[in-house]
Amino acid sequence: MTILVIAEHNNAVLAAATLNTVAAAKAIGGDIHVLVAGSGCGAIGEAAAQIEGVAKVLVADDAAYANQLPENVAPLIADLAKNYSHVLAAATTNGKNFLPRVAAQLDVDQISEIIAVESADTFKRPIYAGNAIATVQSSAAIKVITVRATGFDAVNATGGSAAVEQISGAGDAGKSAFVGEELAKSDRPELTAAKIVVSGGRGMQNGDNFKHLYSLADKLGAAVGASRAAVDAGFVPNDMQVGQTGKIVAPQLYIAVGISGAIQHLAGMKDSKVIVAINKDEEAPIFQVADYGLVGDLFEIVPELEKLV
Amino acid sequence: MKVLVAVKRVVDYNVKVRVKADNSGVDLANVKMSMNPFCEIAVEEAVRLKEKGVASEIVVVSIGPTAAQEQLRTALALGADRAVLVESNDELNSLAVAKLLKAVVDKEQPQLVILGKQAIDSDNNQTGQMLGALTGYAQGTFASKVEVAGDKVNVTREIDGGLQTVALSLPAIVTTDLRLNEPRYASLPNIMKAKKKPLETLTPDALGVTTTSTVKTLKVEAPAARSAGIKVKSVAELVEKLKNEAKVI
Ligand SMILES: Cc1cc2nc3c(=O)[nH]c(=O)nc-3n(C[C@H](O)[C@H](O)[C@H](O)COP(=O)(O)OP(=O)(O)OC[C@H]3O[C@@H](n4cnc5c(N)ncnc54)[C@H](O)[C@@H]3O)c2cc1C
Repeated sequence: MTILVIAEHNNAVLAAATLNTVAAAKAIGGDIHVLVAGSGCGAIGEAAAQIEGVAKVLVADDAAYANQLPENVAPLIADLAKNYSHVLAAATTNGKNFLPRVAAQLDVDQISEIIAVESADTFKRPIYAGNAIATVQSSAAIKVITVRATGFDAVNATGGSAAVEQISGAGDAGKSAFVGEELAKSDRPELTAAKIVVSGGRGMQNGDNFKHLYSLADKLGAAVGASRAAVDAGFVPNDMQVGQTGKIVAPQLYIAVGISGAIQHLAGMKDSKVIVAINKDEEAPIFQVADYGLVGDLFEIVPELEKLV
Repeated sequence: MKVLVAVKRVVDYNVKVRVKADNSGVDLANVKMSMNPFCEIAVEEAVRLKEKGVASEIVVVSIGPTAAQEQLRTALALGADRAVLVESNDELNSLAVAKLLKAVVDKEQPQLVILGKQAIDSDNNQTGQMLGALTGYAQGTFASKVEVAGDKVNVTREIDGGLQTVALSLPAIVTTDLRLNEPRYASLPNIMKAKKKPLETLTPDALGVTTTSTVKTLKVEAPAARSAGIKVKSVAELVEKLKNEAKVI
């Protein structure tokens, strides 16, 4: 059994989610190979070769793979997949974009966002916004799987010394082109990798008020997230949304500020180790999952909290 | 240009589902069913394209039980021109659904197919991408903006780091994210008119598609419950607990 893990990266940095995906591969068992598809991504290949437990790294360096366009990347992966028992990618917006395309090309089902490995063919995954956990078994010859990072403790980024092999694929399929991107710039930790997350909801009232959360976060070394309502209202950008249809986080500490606790929001954060809720409505459902709840006006509580931590 | 929109009948997003005692699935008896919210956004986008004069015809398709006619009628009331139901009572996986949609695409030859990015029941986030592979069309997933220009469509996508814009050759597939638009409500006159719009029923057999799956569900369980904690009285008490009890700061 040999497992192919698709590296998550932006040609400059190997994303931490790759380490969680390798952890899932380790739980399945067998040799682990990592594919780095990108452009000018030699350093990513070298970083991948250091990951604990990786036996071999394949690097496909081609301008066509620079932005992980699925029309170009999926044929490359589908072609390689024929040599593997499992193909795994992190359930990031990249993995979710190209991997189902790979699965359909191979004529197999995809198993999305596994949170546990029961055996080489049986996995657990949340459904209905995490209100149920399904155990599913696959009889496919090639098992194509996305991995929810919070379900698996990352393997070490170093300690391995895998061989690196350059490969090439068909390149540009000629169907799509990258036009541009607007990436959020922040010195704070990445939301899905942060140890502490402070999130704001509709109760923040406007984007400007998020400054209270940013300064609290900076004192705690935390990332800042948001509810859908805060994103929809334009307080903060979409990449900050935590929830069923946004990012899934499971930090050591999650502080929900002015968030009611809709099931779709809980789906993205209820596996956090410790949850704090700050809300003026003592009946807010967020208190049902909070370890520590504080009822009151967030505009008084947050500045005081910032002073005391 | 013709636009095909796929919609799914799912449990309403306000319902908190319960797992059945025998762990065979979730209990959907007597719960409210609705159109998947992301599919509503897909219908709305198609209607806006028609209002702008970009789309000439909107065909809405659902794969599911007879009762999915309800969601198709809703889509017709929102502005779709005709509907196709591929009737199946089986619980189909995304690949089977994508194959059925591929057969409908072959018949209808749309220039644009719009789907929701995920269904809120199975939470798979696969069907649009799989349809992309089967048709060979380009895909713009998690769209927050769709602009048709000549023989291309520019799609702005919600990605982990922010926003990305791609240009896709038509025909193409788009899957919707939450910020693409805010769906309208159907007016009463439009609901009445929708009853007279054409709704065709097909079967997987008639389309020549086999829907067998390589994945089976062994059991469905409730997630580990989180026990409610305590209410603290002051910020000072909160900080004390976080430092000394939870030891997380
Ligand atoms: C298809 C679909 C997908 C969705 N996906 C997501 C998702 O991924 N993530 C997500 O978060 N939501 C998602 N939602 C939306 C979800 O259902 C809720 O609407 C949303 O989470 C509500 O956000 P909120 O808690 O910020 O707002 P509200 O529910 O309006 O809550 C605001 C809270 O702030 C409190 N408050 C107000 N003022 C103050 C104050 N001064 N001090 C203290 N407290 C105050 C109020 O008491 C209230 O509890 C989705 C919905 C759908 C239909």
